[in-house]
Amino acid sequence: MVDAEPLVRVRGAAKAFGGVQALRDASLELFAGEVHALLGENGAGKSTLLKVLAGVHRTDAGEVTIGGGPFEQGSTRRSREQGVAVIYQEPSLFPDLSLAENVFIGRQPVTGRGAVDWARMRQEAAALFGQLGVDLDPDRPARGLSIADQQIVEIAKALSTDARVIVMDEPTAALSASESERLLDVARRLRDGGAAVVFVSHRLDEVFALCDRLTVMRDGATVRTSTVEGTDAGEVVRWMVGRELTDLFPKTETTTGDVVLRVRGLTTDGVFDDVSFDVRAGEIVAFAGLVGSGRSEVVRAVFGIDRYDSGSVEVLGAPLPPADPRAALARGVALVPEDRRQQGLFMPASIARNTAVVVLSRLARRGVVRERAERELAAHWAQRLQLRHGGLDQPVERLSGGNQQKVVLAKWLATDPRLLVVDEPTRGIDVGTKAEVHRLLSEQAGRGLAVLMVSSELPEVLGMADRVLVMREGRLMATLDRDEATQERVMLAATGQASVAGEGSAA
Amino acid sequence: MNGGLRRVLAGREAPVAGALLVVLAVTTAVNPRFLSDQGRFDLLVAIAITGLMAVGQTFVLVMRHVDLSVGSVLGLSAFMAGSAVRGDTGGPLVLALLVGVVVGVLAGLVNGALVAFLRLPALVVTLGTLYVFQGVQALLTGGTRINADQLPSSVVGFGVTGFLGVPWLMWVCLLAAALGGVFLRTRRSGRDLYAVGSNPPAAELVGIPVARRTLLAYMVSGACAGGAGVLFLARFGGVDSNAGIGYELPVVAACVVGGVNIFGGSGTVLGALLGAMLLKTMGVSLSALSVPEFWQQAINGLLLLVAITADRVVLLRRERAARVEAARHRREQADAEPAPPAAGAESPGHEGATTTEVVR
Amino acid sequence: MSRVLSWDRSVFVLLVVTVAVGAVVDPDFAGGSNLGFVLQDIGEIMLIALPMTFLIMTGEIDLSVASTAALAGCVLGWAWQASGSMAVAVLAAVGTGVVCGAVNGFLVTRLGLGSLAVTIGTLGLYRGLCYALLGDTTVADFPAGWTNLGFSSIPGTPLPYVTPLLVVLAIVFGVVLHLTRTGRWVFAVGQSVEAARFAGIPVARLKFRLFVVTGAVAGLAGVVYDLRFASARPDGALGFELAVIASVLFGGVSIFGGVGTMWGVVSAVLFLGSVRSLLQLQGVPGNALTIITGGLLLASVVIPVVAQRWSAFRERRGRALAAAAP
Repeated sequence: MVDAEPLVRVRGAAKAFGGVQALRDASLELFAGEVHALLGENGAGKSTLLKVLAGVHRTDAGEVTIGGGPFEQGSTRRSREQGVAVIYQEPSLFPDLSLAENVFIGRQPVTGRGAVDWARMRQEAAALFGQLGVDLDPDRPARGLSIADQQIVEIAKALSTDARVIVMDEPTAALSASESERLLDVARRLRDGGAAVVFVSHRLDEVFALCDRLTVMRDGATVRTSTVEGTDAGEVVRWMVGRELTDLFPKTETTTGDVVLRVRGLTTDGVFDDVSFDVRAGEIVAFAGLVGSGRSEVVRAVFGIDRYDSGSVEVLGAPLPPADPRAALARGVALVPEDRRQQGLFMPASIARNTAVVVLSRLARRGVVRERAERELAAHWAQRLQLRHGGLDQPVERLSGGNQQKVVLAKWLATDPRLLVVDEPTRGIDVGTKAEVHRLLSEQAGRGLAVLMVSSELPEVLGMADRVLVMREGRLMATLDRDEATQERVMLAATGQASVAGEGSAA
Repeated sequence: MNGGLRRVLAGREAPVAGALLVVLAVTTAVNPRFLSDQGRFDLLVAIAITGLMAVGQTFVLVMRHVDLSVGSVLGLSAFMAGSAVRGDTGGPLVLALLVGVVVGVLAGLVNGALVAFLRLPALVVTLGTLYVFQGVQALLTGGTRINADQLPSSVVGFGVTGFLGVPWLMWVCLLAAALGGVFLRTRRSGRDLYAVGSNPPAAELVGIPVARRTLLAYMVSGACAGGAGVLFLARFGGVDSNAGIGYELPVVAACVVGGVNIFGGSGTVLGALLGAMLLKTMGVSLSALSVPEFWQQAINGLLLLVAITADRVVLLRRERAARVEAARHRREQADAEPAPPAAGAESPGHEGATTTEVVR
Repeated sequence: MSRVLSWDRSVFVLLVVTVAVGAVVDPDFAGGSNLGFVLQDIGEIMLIALPMTFLIMTGEIDLSVASTAALAGCVLGWAWQASGSMAVAVLAAVGTGVVCGAVNGFLVTRLGLGSLAVTIGTLGLYRGLCYALLGDTTVADFPAGWTNLGFSSIPGTPLPYVTPLLVVLAIVFGVVLHLTRTGRWVFAVGQSVEAARFAGIPVARLKFRLFVVTGAVAGLAGVVYDLRFASARPDGALGFELAVIASVLFGGVSIFGGVGTMWGVVSAVLFLGSVRSLLQLQGVPGNALTIITGGLLLASVVIPVVAQRWSAFRERRGRALAAAAP
């Protein structure tokens, strides 16, 4: 069932963004009629490689061929015309248009007079849905469609354009078990129809259930390509992780104090379910798990950005009112959000303004914010965090990612919190700054601050945390102490190979 | 057919049409002269101008833009068209219509180019051109006005006669609505307008020529406003420098009441036309009911608020229902979650592992 | 745009140049009575532009301000006739503005409706209520002591009585916008609603209050308008909303929120008033002056975009040339 000649061949692909080498030496061979898993940790370069195929990025070096000829890069339109279709984790449909029209937009079947042939379009869409084995009404608008069904619509669109290569970028991350099962069925049908399917997933059970071959990437390069048959999960995890913990994590030993944050039975329907844990003063607790496992949602609910359905949150022994970030702030909770640019910073505003925005009343005298106090505050934190900047009036949009993150940290540390929640504190920042952020967090914990950290980077989790909470699909799967947390254990608990997970459950 | 009928009844137009019928019925019951031949004729004349502009505005609104300059375009086009046919000999009606529409298209081109190619916010652009076109008209007229005795009888007569009991002005409006409706419903490029308004980045991604479609929508809106200028000229038998001032917001209101979403993506020409009919009919019926006519504006505003609030409530309900449904679905599945399949259970039959170490 | 010649500074320079040029070409222009006339002419626009700046900075808009002003003006007339006390009437008028603003704010922040659509609706609603209150009549029997405030000058100066009100309110609004926590919040919300929520800023409450303040000031503008014309009319302040918004945007406030200065807006209102007056004195017909308003409004959005594209083009060409060089 695998042809001799690959349909797509990527050899030695390299791509840099600014100073970051996203791809160094990526290779991939796809054959017609196979489902091919692309695996790797966050930041291994999978997404960049997929975006090359999607026509979003262009490689700096290396060779990409399709059907034996050169693949024309850098245009999403040309990618589609060459037979590549990408199904993103969260598709972007037209909410007001019918499903049929979403499938055929711009290519609607027309009558002899050039009018859109609604009946035929409906039929063809229904036929495509039938071919995929799903029961969707082609006439209903896309608004309110579940993510699983939105993906099906995108796949139907790919089928209608006769795509030969269908790339699915973590399609099951946001799906329930039976939705995922249906998607796997669809992928098998596509394979049996002769397409080459690329399947990116962190759920190894799915990979083993679905895929024929797998390629593992690490640090921007392909490390291995193998058949799935004869390979076991532990092996794959080792290829993905593949390094010793050589990075130095400046873990300060501290004595833990009283419980600062107590969360019990926190539940939001369909997002996270019955989550309970404690964070003590002087302790760093890490939330590990896959993207989409509900970790960010939990900390957002704790801080009061989102409402939750049931459960309780206590800070220093007193309940925290739900959905009220100001109350959380007043009680000494600070949240460094996941998305620095959208949630953490006011990009056009200056370093000083960003640093001071949460503590303005403290800086005001008779209602007037004292610019001098504001600048002194910013200068103090800029020095403490060794911020590299061109003046405190510089807009933060001109800073590097690492320095932007320092401004966000400064802004929240300036509130003098008792509990610091950090969501992906080192995402997308350079190695040097990463180490500085780690040192800072350890130091703060050493002074008795309670730290709750969400991180998708295993070395960071293992190097920093006193305790590791592993989430999977909205549930707390394991609680591991520092000495029992290993890369394999965390990975396996996060991907659902529960047999290997640690014994501890929620406190 | 059956599905078509269901769509009409479930659509956003049905309640507007229903409200219109109620207003007509109540008013006629109280004052039978309301729908006499003359009464009906006057009512339709009153609807035609706003209706025509609402047809054009629909094109712009579904794209998530807005055209506030339509009132000024109306004034400018009425004056240019009137000037073109004014005089002793008097040009034909067709010339007036042609001039009016061309003026409108040119104005739409200006708006569309600024919005489509410079990517400027439509609200600011068309607010600016509202003033500019109004000023241009004032400069051209120099404070003079065109009176009925300066206009050829073909133009003036056009405003007071009809065909099959329906005024010519309304025929123009209906023709534009039919053409516009068919275009938006059946042409690929017409469907593109909805796609752009529904999700602009996705529209770019699937390769819709967004700038060209934007330009088209503004030209249609301009053409309708230009045509409405000629209708204005015919209806009032003249034009002065105040023509069209303040028309823009009632036109937008008519569209929104008729179900055209001000945030783009949905709404039909039929709905916009019904919206215009409802608002205008309310106004005329108030005087037929001897209610002081000045309540009309308050009721128009209130209707607009009711329409957007109702749309919002319906949307929120649907979204909440979808969320609850999804949560229920998830819970059911969680309860019946299948055990994870054993590693490699369904892998196709390869002979052992053929691992290749990639050269690094 | 270079930092030295920011938009608000450019508008201020334009204002100075216009006044200087006007003084040279037309002695009447710089005369005290004309300057007083300009101030009086722009009074209501300036008043409403102050809170409108805040609203647009947060990414909202209020098109109902002129109708609110007119309704407050009608309430002034009605309450004066009903109570015989001007103090009561003024309070009622400003209170009307507060209620109008609160209705807008409720619909936008509680029901989550778009402010553009909402205020198009209340624009019609409030204007309709004007007619409902006064019919086609006008109230013109305000006490002379009060109407003198509206159209005569402060003794010994060419300045109308509205001047101190404008100066005080402009300073208050400027101070709040640029120096207080509320002002910082306004900038923050305009730059990123999401980041503002994460920073604990009460976004909905802030916006609601801004709508209320806008209504209150529009109500005050309605009183000023009535006193200026010594009558309350249901068609008062017609079309002012667009002039206000044009001034605010020309003053350098971004329609997308987050950018702007109060003195840019104040300069813009004064500049537009001066240009209108100057052209009027030169015999340009009043209706044609709208070209200036519209043209400047367009310029305020076109120039930055064109400048940015031009500099991007030059940068690209510079790189291409550098790459081509050996």
